[in-house]
Amino acid sequence: MLSNLGNILLFLNVVLSLSIIYSANKNLKTFGEVNRNIFQLSLIQSTTIIICFFVLIAAFITSDFSLITVYQNSHSLKPLFYKIAGTWGNHEGSLLLWAIILSIFSFLFLVYNKNHPKNFRLLTLIIQNILILGFLFFILFNSNPFSKISPIPSEGLGLNPILQDPALAIHPPLLYVGFVGASIYFSAAIASLITDYSEKSFSLSIKNWVLLSWCFQTLGILVGSIWAYYELGWGGFWFWDPVENASLLPWFAMTALFHSLIVFEKRNLFYFWVIILCLITFTLSVMGTFLVRSGILNSVHTFASDPSRGIYILIFLSLMIFGSIFFLFQKYKKENYDLNRNSKETFILVNNWFMMFYLITVLLGTIYPIFTDALTENKISVGPPFYNAIIFPVVVVFLLFMAIGPKAKWIKNKFENIRIYFLILTGAIGLNLAIIFFFKSYSLLSNFIIISALFLIIASFMDITKAFKKNKLDFARIISHMSFGFLVLFIGLNDIFSLEKDYNIKLGETKKFDNYSIELQNLDLKNYKNYQAVIGKLEIKNINSNQTNILNPEIRIYDNPKTLTYEAAIKTSLIKDYYLTMSNIDRSDYYNIKFQKKPSMAWIWISVIMIVVGGSIRLFSNAKNN
Amino acid sequence: MKLNLILLLFIFFSKFSFAAEKTVDPNLIHKNLRCLVCQGQSISDSNSDFAQTIKLVVKDLIDEGKTEDEIYEFMSDKYGDWIVFKPQFNTQNSLLWILPYIALIFGGFFIFTFLKKRQ
Amino acid sequence: MQKIIKITILFIFLFVIGIFYISLSRDTNYNTSSLINKETPEFKIISFDESDTYTRDDIKKNNYTLINFWASWCAPCKIEHPILMKLSQKKNLMILGINFKDKDPQARTFLNELGNPYDLLAKDKNGKQSVKFGIYGIPESILINKELIIIQKFIGPLSVDDYDNIIKIIEKS
Repeated sequence: MLSNLGNILLFLNVVLSLSIIYSANKNLKTFGEVNRNIFQLSLIQSTTIIICFFVLIAAFITSDFSLITVYQNSHSLKPLFYKIAGTWGNHEGSLLLWAIILSIFSFLFLVYNKNHPKNFRLLTLIIQNILILGFLFFILFNSNPFSKISPIPSEGLGLNPILQDPALAIHPPLLYVGFVGASIYFSAAIASLITDYSEKSFSLSIKNWVLLSWCFQTLGILVGSIWAYYELGWGGFWFWDPVENASLLPWFAMTALFHSLIVFEKRNLFYFWVIILCLITFTLSVMGTFLVRSGILNSVHTFASDPSRGIYILIFLSLMIFGSIFFLFQKYKKENYDLNRNSKETFILVNNWFMMFYLITVLLGTIYPIFTDALTENKISVGPPFYNAIIFPVVVVFLLFMAIGPKAKWIKNKFENIRIYFLILTGAIGLNLAIIFFFKSYSLLSNFIIISALFLIIASFMDITKAFKKNKLDFARIISHMSFGFLVLFIGLNDIFSLEKDYNIKLGETKKFDNYSIELQNLDLKNYKNYQAVIGKLEIKNINSNQTNILNPEIRIYDNPKTLTYEAAIKTSLIKDYYLTMSNIDRSDYYNIKFQKKPSMAWIWISVIMIVVGGSIRLFSNAKNN
Repeated sequence: MKLNLILLLFIFFSKFSFAAEKTVDPNLIHKNLRCLVCQGQSISDSNSDFAQTIKLVVKDLIDEGKTEDEIYEFMSDKYGDWIVFKPQFNTQNSLLWILPYIALIFGGFFIFTFLKKRQ
Repeated sequence: MQKIIKITILFIFLFVIGIFYISLSRDTNYNTSSLINKETPEFKIISFDESDTYTRDDIKKNNYTLINFWASWCAPCKIEHPILMKLSQKKNLMILGINFKDKDPQARTFLNELGNPYDLLAKDKNGKQSVKFGIYGIPESILINKELIIIQKFIGPLSVDDYDNIIKIIEKS
């Protein structure tokens, strides 16, 4: 029943999309306003796709195993919250979420841009609906969440237990709002090319959408990192895994985009560059989806993969790429840039320069193994050492620019304040020396990174005091930039002062290292509703301060599906985290324990949240000014 | 004067980095080796049979006095390049290592020409 | 000039999409087939009863050698065992069994119950020796010729097809 209802709603959506394209196309040639029935159609479209999604949620809640998707990803004994979250935790359901975001953004863009030319709005709507159609076809013909199975199984296969987690329940929606939201400025960019709408005001139509998607993308990445940190049990928060990279690539493009939008809005420069960034952002999102869902990359994240999906997304991607290139080449005109070396425009261009460098590096690292494998039959791995070696030295320079840039004035600036920078730099170096002196660390690169991060932080602080005096405060920018400085600083400190020890230990044994001792005091077997757990009780003692902490890592054996997982025990404090995982060793009564001391973890999360806070402040103040 | 200061700083830092003893850290090596039987995990993060064996062998190799790079070479000789997370710098991987910097230089050049035109 | 840039851009995208397309149909599972046609590494491995050690010289004596890594705790090893038993009757082929991370009594029971196909039997208590052969999960078998060149690698249990394959190779000469 639910299956039929879902399919009918999907089909209805196809019809709605087609009729929107049809009436919008007709409306292009008439004078006056956007036709009222287009608004209505668009509203109905958003509503039906949402209803369609609720139908799927209902199927998950009622455990309707006649649907393959529900059968494969749910189980009747699963807690209600995870039944619901399971709706978008799988390939088919997540595509439906894509379609929702595409539709809602399409409708809202139409509603909120009344001041812009009619044909630009209509064309944006048409292109967005072509994208929607593409996804609807993909859902209907390849990845239909409402496909039936017969005979109807009596019980579902269950959801992978490491995916049963509150952070992972909200991670996909956040991320999708981010990179699917990028579709709307992709459509707007092409519409702008076709209608020659290249005035400054074009930036106003997309600016808030870029910021919105950027905020969500950042939060999505953050939540994913937090999940990886406490669930995967490796004690790290970023692994340069292909799937993580796929979410980072559009982020670089978005960041570059909203910076150059500032220039475009103020000085009417870089129109084509802005357009290219709009196109790149969504193209990278779709490419990321292709890489992740087609299974051509070996990754930690297990999306059940299937080559036929790959073919479909690849065709879709190619159409997007060549379509974009076609319109871009057709309309491209050489622009005259009138820039002064020392001006805000130049510094923002420098931001874009670095963003493109990061983007190219991560993109290359992600897809290079595919190329070597296809061309030379040689599989290689590109992992953290590559990215760290290429990216981090450049971050040093980037942070310095990030501190100086925002202070430059539009059009022409004088370097009157070089002495202040020198002072700040000296301060930063001094602080770094203090860190080395007190904590004894020697890594050259980390020191440079810490110095530049401190430089940015101090410069931002000085900005605040200066701005208070003049009563002209750009909170959004200062908060975001300063938090970025803090983020890099804390990552740097975390990297240098992390402590990691690995032991095989028996019950009752004690291990000593540095000024810590670890004792495995007890092992407890407990039965829970859908899993059994071996719970270790380990005492960590700091010999110097005589402080003890009890940590309880677990080894869990889940029933549906049968899976073994390791739960890390984490003790978070403002200064540091203690992180402990325990795992059994096959055919032995020893347990492998991995103890980690991770300084300033909490501050890494807080810094990212503050970066988003900065972005949201800008978003809200923009909305108020409009 | 400024140059001197920078030079001084540089010497200062390089002294620090050389002062650190050049011992091979097994943890670092474990982190840079892929656990072939796991999903994208490193040897350090995994506790599989395979990872444990590799840890033993790495320890032996360090005791034999092998350097970090020699150990990676040993591993990729046995298991293929797939096992090492840090791709070697060779003809096949040269584009991977060089292209990002070419992009960086090219971008800088691009911006520079924009500014030059104005003068 | 602009035309050249445009064509280059188009070409790059075509190339990337082409590679993506090719990769879709490729097997993404990793294997160590790159070791085929390489020389067998030097090794020195202790015999199962600890009375002797085996080296590459023991392989040189035979036209063909199959090195088989197994353990009593490994379920797929039981599946491939009948095939090893059948192979053990071939004259042209010597089978060197390497007992991997196992306990002696269990390994003995395993062979007593299912038969002993091995001409030479060695053991690798901690798995270090197997790393030299690029072993990452058992059962794995390596077929080597007289010149100590690795001709074939079999990852996972030997199948009937693998059996035919081995027979074809060893009976050619």
